[in-house]
Amino acid sequence: MSMTIVPAAARSVPLRPATRRWLLAAVLVVALLLPFVLSDFRTFQLTLILAYAIALFGLNLLMGFNGQISVGHGAFFAVGGYTAAILMMIYGVPYWATVPIAAAVAFLVGFLFGIPALRLEGIYLAMATFSLGVTVPQLLRVRAFEPWTGGVLGIVMDKPEVPFGLPINQDQWLYYFVLAFTCLLFALGYNLTRGRIGRAIVAIRDQPLAAASMGVNIALYKSATFGISAGFTGLAGALATITVAYVSPDSFPILLSISLLVGVVVGGLGSAAGMFFGAAFIVLVPNMAGSVSKALPWAIYGLGVIVIMYVAPLGVGGLAQQVMARLRRPASGHGGGKEQ
Amino acid sequence: MYELFHQILTGLSQGGIYGGLALGLVMVYRTTHHVNFAQGEFAMFSTFLALTLIQAGFSYWSAFFLTIAISFAGGMAVERIVIRPFHQASALTLVCVFMGLLMVTNATAGWLFGYTMQPFPSPFSDAFALGGFIPAHEAGTILLVALMLLLIYLFFRFTWLGLAMRATAENGESSALVGINVGAMLALGWGLATGIGAVAGMMAAPIVFVDPNMMSGVLVYAFAAALLGGIDNPWGAAISGFIVGVVENIAGAYLVGTELKLTLALAIIVGVLLIRPRGIWGRSFVTRV
Repeated sequence: MSMTIVPAAARSVPLRPATRRWLLAAVLVVALLLPFVLSDFRTFQLTLILAYAIALFGLNLLMGFNGQISVGHGAFFAVGGYTAAILMMIYGVPYWATVPIAAAVAFLVGFLFGIPALRLEGIYLAMATFSLGVTVPQLLRVRAFEPWTGGVLGIVMDKPEVPFGLPINQDQWLYYFVLAFTCLLFALGYNLTRGRIGRAIVAIRDQPLAAASMGVNIALYKSATFGISAGFTGLAGALATITVAYVSPDSFPILLSISLLVGVVVGGLGSAAGMFFGAAFIVLVPNMAGSVSKALPWAIYGLGVIVIMYVAPLGVGGLAQQVMARLRRPASGHGGGKEQ
Repeated sequence: MYELFHQILTGLSQGGIYGGLALGLVMVYRTTHHVNFAQGEFAMFSTFLALTLIQAGFSYWSAFFLTIAISFAGGMAVERIVIRPFHQASALTLVCVFMGLLMVTNATAGWLFGYTMQPFPSPFSDAFALGGFIPAHEAGTILLVALMLLLIYLFFRFTWLGLAMRATAENGESSALVGINVGAMLALGWGLATGIGAVAGMMAAPIVFVDPNMMSGVLVYAFAAALLGGIDNPWGAAISGFIVGVVENIAGAYLVGTELKLTLALAIIVGVLLIRPRGIWGRSFVTRV
């Protein structure tokens, strides 16, 4: 099966390292100052956007870079969220310590699910993951697990206190807490995709046969990518759950899995920065459209995805990069340049 | 023993619904290698349509056939307008498009008909109940699905159009060369699949009630059936639908309880893909390097 989508990152003309560094620093400064200008509710929304951006980046590692399809990543989001909630409220683990554990548990679940996924190409994997996404909310309702999961009622959690007597409120503290994880994971993920492992992951997507003959262990890489992707998404689920301070089976309907897919597509396959745009899209659209009608956000999502697939299969992030590339090199007629 | 027999019959009636939906999936898959994730939502929308017609004063059976006709036309229209432009697209792009369709259909139904559960009538009187042995609706569903399968079989086996559709599924290019209008056959396949889905939806509705999310679980069972039977084998899918229905019911009653029924479907899907990815009756393909 050949992939016709070339991820945005592979086509973009890279910024010069110095420019990139300044740009990153500027964005970070703005990110650090934002909670002081925004209302508490906006800060809360921004915190969720950051958490979703991590989840989208995780899914993008799988779809954009490795070429596997998952329509059920909400399941890993749920695993992370529930791990954090159960550890916090039943075993008394401090909230910050639950996050890496949630990531580890989601990684393990993803890795194990990745093993059957090895043999599945494209559409089969989509069917299996879709079924996983539909099944998990039902599993969380099972009465036998009620002492841990709280059944249909879910788990109400304590909102983390601000530590060290810092002069900020809880929402602002949570924002910085999640921001720190966002920086860490994006740095981690970005470096992963740029290095030896990243090249192997992309090679499996583009030329599995050639990759195998070059000595890439396809089975290991594919299930590891699935695990890492699930780990990112699970960690994001833990962060989002801690932020919302409540979790229930209804927090993770199949529509969550689908909106994660929407976010990746909108942000751009294979793009890292685009994930923030995708996350903003999936967090803010239901908020704005939801006041008009319950159905409207999903109609917008659906139409949005179809239209984007039609006019810009690389997503908004990819489209922007393509336009940039075009502007920078008017002479080369063919969209982007060669990867250096 | 009586209880077991009862569970098997209930399983068969539900299996008919799964098999119908799976048959629709396979029909679309055979021609274009697309798996229509929105198939369940289309069936849900058709069911709402039938409910609206019945509430508007149509008799059950006129609403039934009118719904099938409208769904048929709707399926063809969706293929023409939405899917055709993506004919050469990658699997990933298509999955995204189908997810878009799923959301649009679901949202439109919610917007038009609301999110509250509504009861749906069953057309089968007590005469079908085999002397009160099983509920009339279950017996009627089994009979109706069997009749539908027979009609579809006759259509594919003995009509010119059925032959042309089979040829298109087998080899699109050669079919075009001998003068078959391949585009029309693809649209027709979609129409048939959506029409069959409508029947499955209307048979499921008296049991699960009508609401925009009524089919999401059923679609997973249909996936299980389609994969178990072999995704390129329509009769395998239909028969597997019955198998999945019976297994689900017996396991639900005696082994895992009703809460884990959907997990069982997931286990079937993963199990089939692990052990025998081409399903029971599917063909295996050898890819040339």
